Amino acid sequence: MAGPDAIEARFEGSLGEFDLDVSFRAPMLGITAIFGPSGCGKTTILRCLAGLRHLPGQLRVGGQVWQDDSERIFRKPYQRSVGYVFQEASLFPHLSVRRNLLYGTQRRSRAQTQPVLGFDDVIDLLGIANLVERSPGDLSGGERQRVAIGRALLSQPRLLLMDEPLAGLDQGTKEEILPYLEGLHQELSVPILYVSHDIREVARLSDTMIVISRGRNVCSGPVHQVLERMDLDLGNDLYETGVVLRARVSDQDPSLRMTRLDHHGQEIVIPAADFRPGDEVRLRIRARDVALATAKPESISVRNILSGTVERVVEDPETAFAEVLVGIGGGRLRARVTRDAVKDLALVEGTPVFALVKSITFDRPAPGVRRSVRKAPDSLLP
Amino acid sequence: MLDAAEIWSPIRLTLELATCSTFLLMLLGTPVAWWLARSGARWKEVVAAVVALPLVLPPTVLGFYLLIALGPGGPGGWLAGLAGGRSLAFSFEGIVLGSVVYSFPFVVQPIRNAFEAFGDRPLEAAATLGATPWDAFWTVALPLARPGLVTGAVLGFAHTIGEFGVVLMIGGSIPDETRVLSIAIYEYVETLQWAQAHVLAGGLLVFSFAVILSMMLLQRRSGKGQT
Repeated sequence: MAGPDAIEARFEGSLGEFDLDVSFRAPMLGITAIFGPSGCGKTTILRCLAGLRHLPGQLRVGGQVWQDDSERIFRKPYQRSVGYVFQEASLFPHLSVRRNLLYGTQRRSRAQTQPVLGFDDVIDLLGIANLVERSPGDLSGGERQRVAIGRALLSQPRLLLMDEPLAGLDQGTKEEILPYLEGLHQELSVPILYVSHDIREVARLSDTMIVISRGRNVCSGPVHQVLERMDLDLGNDLYETGVVLRARVSDQDPSLRMTRLDHHGQEIVIPAADFRPGDEVRLRIRARDVALATAKPESISVRNILSGTVERVVEDPETAFAEVLVGIGGGRLRARVTRDAVKDLALVEGTPVFALVKSITFDRPAPGVRRSVRKAPDSLLP
Repeated sequence: MLDAAEIWSPIRLTLELATCSTFLLMLLGTPVAWWLARSGARWKEVVAAVVALPLVLPPTVLGFYLLIALGPGGPGGWLAGLAGGRSLAFSFEGIVLGSVVYSFPFVVQPIRNAFEAFGDRPLEAAATLGATPWDAFWTVALPLARPGLVTGAVLGFAHTIGEFGVVLMIGGSIPDETRVLSIAIYEYVETLQWAQAHVLAGGLLVFSFAVILSMMLLQRRSGKGQT
């Protein structure tokens, strides 16, 4: 299965409290999230991919062998073309922003015929053109992290590794950077492996996700599929449990300031967003924002009522709640309702229901970035 | 009464000694500091202790062993033999070597601290940007350790200028060869030539004050520059 279009990795080793034993395949395309709670070994995996840490195993990136201990192959970090964005920006304080950005370009361009990513393109994409003559010490946290991303990109990597690049930033700064990350995703062909413990970031940014728990990869696949799985404990954050749906913009209603979307024949409306008809939009719908009814409710303020069928009910005997997986033709919703409601409405597999969606978050288009329809790789992993 | 040539000779000799020693100290001390800062070897603290020995050893003890090492029977004598001499003791080269050993911890410690202070991260960042370890050492580690390197050089220079016991043990007091400032002052006092002693001692006092003050100002400035 060793293809030029995949990253294949297997690492084993002791991390002190537990053993790391992971084996995964990720596409050389789009953003792949390595997701798991703090201390589960995500960062170690990323460091192994970069060659900053050597645990026994194998690593192939796009047909190149970067590590194979049975063949005694281990490329040093500077012999792998990776870009690495650390949790803290880690800019060189003694160099100007420009010289930070060019540090990798100068060292890697010798080996390559022609830089794929131009200096001007990258600084425009990240909105750092006005910072290049400054010193890293004069930048805000968000600016520093954008420069760090630019520096990594300008080293012309085949693979960009990001270790929780937003974790050290406050919410406002995160919101400032996220559109740029989405922009990278839209504009660049460099595959990104993105470590995060924040399910919201993962749902918003990534196409594929690999779930890590105590040093093992428990599950992987396209994000919308993984998020539908109810047997997984994605960090115990019930508040954020939810799914990702893809819908297409059908039209805008300027008078009511609403945007209408089509999801496999069912209409979803969201407050007016800057999309054009035909654009594909990723919607994130949390389980706690979905209510269920067995008859279509009339005279109700909730706009999004989707008809579907119960596919699965999982009751949590420790609490008052149950989770219901509802198929809505081409997608699935998760609904968090009380066990009492499950009993009362007699919700079992096959029950036709109406899902009332109270709140939807969606990907905003990045400022100045062209939105294009992207398809996540659906075929992945054994 | 004040003979200018007699006063200037030890000053010139001392500056030459300090310059040569500082050059050698930086050349040898920087790699040792780097190894002590970065190595994972379990016995590195043993090496660190050996390097720090001159801090606690009486200069006479150090001077005694150096005298044996530099003499005709030691490696110093063998080295001198290559150049046609008999011994490195009681020579300018000898006191340079003695000064390097004696001032070594004063140079290694601040440089090691500086290398340790910035941690692995900048070097890891450099490695992922395609820099070999050698490249990263020159373009990242040395510039980041600059305050430590300056402190090390200044301390090495100043400490060499102020040393007395070791030079006396291995160099004696040969005019224009080993009769450095501190020795000259000692002899002036012994022979009751107070005026000469005053000039040299006062000069050293002012010099030492200026060195310490400028170092403190320098450290404050570099401390502000980093965020």
